[in-house]
Formats: sequence, C-alpha cells, structure tokens
Amino acid sequence: MSFVRKQKYLIDYTLSSLGRRPGKNLGLLLVYTLIVFMLASVMLFTHSLRTEAGLVLQESPEVILQRMVAGRHDLIPADYLDRIGRVRGVSEKYGRLWGYFYDPAVRANYTLMVPRDREIVPGGVVIGAGIARTRGLDEGDFLTFRSSAGEPVSFRVVGLLDHESELVSADLMLVNEATFREFFGIAEDYYTDIVLRVRNPREVRKVAEKLAVKLPDTRPILRDEILRTYDAIFGWRQGIVFVLLGGAILAFVIFAWDKASGLSAEERREIGILKAIGWETADVIRMKFWEGAIVSLAAFFLGYLLAYGHVFYLSAALFEPVLKGWAVLYPEFQPVPFVDGLQVATLFFFTVFPYTVATIVPIWQASITDPDTVMR
Amino acid sequence: MLISPPVLALNAVALIVTFLMLLAAGFAVQVVRHWDIASGSELQLDMERRTYLISTLVAYCFAAELVSLLLFVYNAEQMSTQFVGAMCATGVLNVDPWGWPTLFLKIAVFFSGAAWLMLNHVDNQAYDYPLVRVKYALLLAIAPLVAVEAVVQLGYFLGMDPDVITSCCGALFTPEGGGVAAEVSALEPRTAMPALYASGLAGLGAGAFYWWRRRGGGAFAVLTVTAFLVALAAIVSSVALYVYEHPHHHCPFCILKSGHHFIGYWLYMPLFAATALALGVGLISRWHRVPSLKQVIEADGHRFTAVALALLGLFYIVATYAVLSSNLTMEGVWW
Amino acid sequence: MIHLEQVKKAFNQGRTNEFWAVRGITLELEANRATVLKGPSGSGKTTLLSMIGCLSRPTSGRITLEGRLLSNLPERFMTDVRRSTFGFIFQQFNLIKGLTVLENVMLPAYPLGPDHRALKQAALGLLKQFGLADRADYKAEWLSGGEAQRTAICRAMINQPRILIADEPTANLDTRLVREFMAMVRDLVDMGKTVLLTSHDPMVFDSPQVAAVLEMRDGLLAEA
Repeated sequence: MSFVRKQKYLIDYTLSSLGRRPGKNLGLLLVYTLIVFMLASVMLFTHSLRTEAGLVLQESPEVILQRMVAGRHDLIPADYLDRIGRVRGVSEKYGRLWGYFYDPAVRANYTLMVPRDREIVPGGVVIGAGIARTRGLDEGDFLTFRSSAGEPVSFRVVGLLDHESELVSADLMLVNEATFREFFGIAEDYYTDIVLRVRNPREVRKVAEKLAVKLPDTRPILRDEILRTYDAIFGWRQGIVFVLLGGAILAFVIFAWDKASGLSAEERREIGILKAIGWETADVIRMKFWEGAIVSLAAFFLGYLLAYGHVFYLSAALFEPVLKGWAVLYPEFQPVPFVDGLQVATLFFFTVFPYTVATIVPIWQASITDPDTVMR
Repeated sequence: MLISPPVLALNAVALIVTFLMLLAAGFAVQVVRHWDIASGSELQLDMERRTYLISTLVAYCFAAELVSLLLFVYNAEQMSTQFVGAMCATGVLNVDPWGWPTLFLKIAVFFSGAAWLMLNHVDNQAYDYPLVRVKYALLLAIAPLVAVEAVVQLGYFLGMDPDVITSCCGALFTPEGGGVAAEVSALEPRTAMPALYASGLAGLGAGAFYWWRRRGGGAFAVLTVTAFLVALAAIVSSVALYVYEHPHHHCPFCILKSGHHFIGYWLYMPLFAATALALGVGLISRWHRVPSLKQVIEADGHRFTAVALALLGLFYIVATYAVLSSNLTMEGVWW
Repeated sequence: MIHLEQVKKAFNQGRTNEFWAVRGITLELEANRATVLKGPSGSGKTTLLSMIGCLSRPTSGRITLEGRLLSNLPERFMTDVRRSTFGFIFQQFNLIKGLTVLENVMLPAYPLGPDHRALKQAALGLLKQFGLADRADYKAEWLSGGEAQRTAICRAMINQPRILIADEPTANLDTRLVREFMAMVRDLVDMGKTVLLTSHDPMVFDSPQVAAVLEMRDGLLAEA
C-alpha cells in the first residue's frame, strides 16, 4: 500500500517538475508525438488496406484456372469445363469473361467484365466511380471506344458502381456477354478463364493438383496464394517504410538522449537538493522513470490518435503515393478502422523502447549526484 | 527475409537487449573481482553507484524480453497467412528449424530474468549486499543466453522462405507423427489428466509447506517446474482438445485465439508467472541463513509463495473449467 | 552519541590531484546539546559535517551512532538512517523554486509513502510552530530570507529527526535574524534535539546556547 502511495508522491513531484519546465518538455513531446504519428499512420493504413483486401477476396473463388500458351495467359476453351468433369470438393465451376482496355483519351486502363449477378442491356455499361470521375460521366451518357475490329462502338451508361467498393471497382466496366464478345472479338466457345469454388480449404491444393493433371496447359491460381502475396507485399512495403524512417527514429533517439543528459544547472541543483533531504538514488531514478513514462504515454496516445484521424478521416493523405501503388485512376475510399494488439506492441517497440533505452544512462547519471553536492 | 514491422521490431529489440546485457556483464566482471562493501574507497563507491544502473538496465531488458515473447507468439499467429500449410503459430514456427528453439530460448530468458530480478530485489534490502557476487556471476551466465537467443531468432527470420510448404498443428501435434510433439499428443487423457492434478497437488503442497514452515523452497521450485512441464503436456494432449471440442486438434497456440475466448491467456499466463515465482523462491531460499537476509527472505519468500500458489491454483481452476464446460464428453472413449 | 574514530576523506583518490579533506579526526558528539564546528574555509568542516550527517562515506575510519556502525552502510541504508535521524539546513536554504512552502516541507517524506493527510497535518503543524502558517501556499521564491530559513528548518524537521545539522546557517542573515535563529536553536535543544552547526560567525560560536566549540584546521581538529 505504501508502495502505491509512494508512486503517487513521485508522480506528483514529476508532474509539477514537468510543468516547471514547459518549453523543454513540450519540444520533446512534439518530436516524440511526430514519430509515433508517422509510424502509426503507416501501420494503420497498411493494415486497413490489407484487411480490406482480405475481406474483398473472401468472396472470390478459391481456384482460378488460366490457360497458358508459351508461358502467357491465353483464352480458355469452354469445353475445358467438361473436361474437368466432376472433381471431388468442387461445388461450382463456370467460365468468366473479362479483359483490359486502354483508353487513349485519359491514358488509363479499364477492366471490362461480364458480371454473373446482374443483367445489363445490350450496348449498356455500368461504370466504376473512377471512370465516372475522370471522364465526367453519368447515367445516360455515352462512351465510345474502338473495338478490336477497328470500329467505334458506343456504350450507354446505365448505372454507376457503388462508391463504397471503389478500391476494387474504380476502373471497372460491366457489360453483358454479347456486347463483350462482340467488342473484343472473342468467339462463343472461349472464356477468359475458369473459376472453381471449393468448400473445404484443405482440399484446395488437391483440387489444383488434379486440375493440373487433367489440363496440363493450364495453371491454377489459388486465392490463398493471392492473400499470401498481398500479405507479403503489404508487410514488405511497411517494412521498407519503417527502415526508411529508421533515420528519423535514430535522430529522435539522439535528441532524447541529449535532452535527458542536458540538464540545466537548475535541474542539477534540484536533484542535489532531493538527494540531500533524504531521497535515495533509486527514488530519483524512479521519479525520472515516471517522467519518461508520462511523456511517452502522452506522446504515444496523442500520436496514435492523430494517426487514426489522419488515416481514417483524412484517408492518409500524406502516404497515398507510396503505399497504394501507382495508377492513373486513384480510387477514393475511406479505409475502415482496424486496430490490433500486435500493431500497438510493434509501435511501442519502435518508439517507447528506443526512447527508454536512450534515457537510461542519462537518468542514472543525474540520479547518482552526490547528496553533499549542495553543500559544496 | 520478410521485412514486416513486427519482425523488424523483434530483431531490433533482441539486438539492443543483447548489447545492454553485454554492458551489464562487463560490469559484472568488475564487481565479482573488486567488490568490498567494507571499503570506502572511491572505486567501491563508484561500483555501488553503478549497481543502480545495472539493476535498472536488467529490469528494462527483462520487461522488453517479456513483451518480446508475447509479440513473437502473436506475430507467429498473424504471419500464418503468409505460409502455405500454416493455419496458426505452429505452422509459422515450423517454417525453418530455428523456430521452436527461438521460442524455447525466449522462455528460458523469461524464467532466468524473473529469478534474477527476485534475487536482486532481496539482496538490495540487506544492509551489506551479501549476494552481490552471486548475483553478478549469475548475470554473467544469463547474458550469453540472451545473446544466443538474439542470434537464433535472427537465424529463424532470415531462414524463412515463403515458398516452403510448412506443416501445421494438424501434422505436428498428431500421435501418428514422430518426435516430441507427437509423443506428447499421443498421451492419453486418462494418463495426462491425473498426472496434471497429481503434479499440481505436489507443487501446491510444497508451496504451502514452504509458506507455513519456511523450509523446502528448493523442493517447491523443483516440484513446480515439474508441474509446469506436466501441465504443458496435459494442455497439448488433453485440455486443448476440450477447448476445441475436437478429439484430434492438439495445437497449443490455437487456444490463444479469440474464437476460444482467449482462454489460452488465462491458462498460460498464470502458469508461467507461478513457475517464475516458484523458481525465484527456490533460488532465494538458498540463502536464508545469511543474517542480513533472514528477515527479508522470510517476508519476501512468504509473499512470493502466496502469489505463486494463487496463480497456480487459478491455472488448475481454469483448466478444470475448460474441461468441464466443454461440449466434448468422450464418455466411454477416454474415461 | 555520535562517535568518530580516525575518520579520513579523500577526493580524486589515485590520481595526481588526490586531496585529503579530512585527515584523521576522532571526536565524540554529545546528545541534546548544540555544538559548533568552526574553522577557515578549506579546513574540511563541511566535509566532516556531511560525513557525520550520513551524506557521504569516509574513505577510512569509523562513524558510529549510539554504537551502530554507519560508515560502511551502502547508500540505500545510509539514506534510510539519515532520513530518520538527521535533519539538514543548508547555507543557501536550498528550497525548490516553483513549489510552495508546504510542498517543500513535505518533500523529504515522499519516498516513505506516508498517508497524505497525516503528512499534511504534520507539515502544517510545523509551519505553525515556526510562525509560517499563513505562508503555506506561497511559492518558495517569494519568501524573505528569514522566512526561507524557517521553512528550511521545518523541512529538516518533517521526519522527526533527533539531530539537526546546519551548515553556515547565519551567513545570509542580518543581526536580528541571527539572534532569532539562535533562539530557535535553544528551543530545539529544549525539545530534546541535538544540534550541530558550522560557522565563522562569532555571534554563533560565542553564543550562550552553544555548549561546545570544535575548531578545525587543514583536515584535523586544532588543539582547543
């Protein structure tokens, strides 16, 4: 009990001591908060993107089968569906039609797709929000492109894709099958690829193996592999940014060390007095530890809150180019907040831990001031 | 190497902690050679001042290592999506041969650090620092352990190859496989559960005896460590099955997931803490005859033992609760 | 009460600028009296004072308090003994600027973690005793010389020490305040305290309140 009371007294003294030197401590707090802010922003943003991608992919099929010719992706014949036949574990299989189109007017690549879950009138197109923005289109407007046969083909905008799904649909155009085949000149008996749904995650590999045997000129792409690649890329991207910020962290550490060891004459006198009136070295160390803890907590909390606001309310305005990759059509989207313990612990290790280590020796040096210095 | 922030953090922290511990070890050598409490010479005064630094450093290092242990396990969980075949931390630890050694070393560092801090705490309360030489000699033994752990951990992360297919708990913790994990999983609940309670009673009994009579601290430590090992085996072979409600899922990490109400934390944390405290009590009770320490050890030993017994009891209660509240009955199969 | 046996103190030991401030002092300090240490600057009296008051350890020699050996205690225990046995009043008063009088007085007790209300009561009691009750919330830097000194005395008394040590307490005071101070010394002795002072001020060492005067020169006691 007296241990708790003692800590309360020490904290009391620390707070008043921090208050007596606002300039120096505010400077440190500012830099500290900035570091936490930067690192937390990167982590929150990347984590949210990754989780978002994960969620989106959850709906996607477990296996995508693509035909390869001379190592490149080619159209897949519709009769492959029959050749696959019944494979244990496969609950559904169907062909997909999709492709890319380069629009020279805005120098952007669009993805055209035939959706399975909606009917579109022939000649109609549903466009993503990115396209709508860049070309200033709305329902009822017309889009004209040159088809593969060289003829101009007009599409009438019959709908806009949900703003909320922008991350994946910004550059998407949905048309019906006939329109698609005509525009790209793809015959009736071909698809872009074939997808299969497998219920049991443990059977996915086996199914992929069987497919590779039955159809040797195809390659199966597993959804799990995509997720893994995303994880690796996002983790790697974060890691690179952190390494780059390593310089900033080092500067912060040096700054912290300097601040901790650069005690003014007044501060030294104060510690001398404390030692002389009966505070022991361990007491002074603990008091200074509380000082560090209070500053750290304040900076951590503040930095994290600011980062949260930055990422989730300002859509990480400062980081977009590095972390999103590069494209002409930037999706505008609100990252969904995701916070987790691993993130917070990692952040802690990159900020509070270096600060603490940098200040241990200066704190100790201040605390061992001889009690009789005030008498000399 | 997969450079994600948690991996960077773990390695950076291990490196920094190793560096700090080596500093402490350097000082430890000086203390063991020159310490003389009766002298008032400047060297002695200087060393006494330095002990504050070392104590603080080691305490911070230990705290960092503790968080690092938790971070390591948690990170392994999160990384499981990046490796083919891994569905939980077990799979990630299997990715290369350094995974499990890293975990064991981290646990060893945790226990050594806890015991040292308890010894330091006791020694500091005696007016003539009687255990200084012992303390710093022990530090000289712990510092290399920390260094080895840092190196092994680095090796583990460097050796990670996402293209390698790893096996997860289903393949590792199955009686059909080979190795220790398989042996442990193959333990029948009929043997494991009684062993769990028997070793628990022994540990609790020894602790109670020490608490009452102030004797047998060493026995308490040994019996608790035994109970700890038996408990781990029991978790893998039996308790986990009840938590997962699946007779063949033996994984020791999946019980930490939110899907099981984080019950893993309620099992592991009291168990580890109690074992650490018991080890500490066993260590400090060796010196109960030293006059300046007598009272201190009596008081502190008493307190630590009480806490250890409470935590150990909590572990057994949670384990029993997990078994009893599970939908898995296995009447007639196991019992 | 306090016995010193061949106490010596050196600074920068082993180096070229090695200096022995105290070269071998043996003395007995009696309880419940006021004793003065006098001597020119550089005579080692401040160093001796700090060793007696457990602020520093002698390089060699023994210091015992009522038979208990103090000189080989590690810092932790020395501080513990000091807290409960000695109260210090410094030449410069050494109050912490920015803190109030009350906070300054309570400060030495913080590491003991006492009950807050009890501590506050004790502090206010002391302030009242020394006529500072209405200054309790004043910031230390607003006090006059005499008030600062009385605050320093209260602070020295907060842990109820038996022995009060004051280093050149009258150096910054005018005659009236010096007389007031010596009156307070008499009150302290009457309360049962032992007081040890250093001073070059004849008003102090010639004062009737002082029971013994010890003269120091070059680190040794001059033959009185």
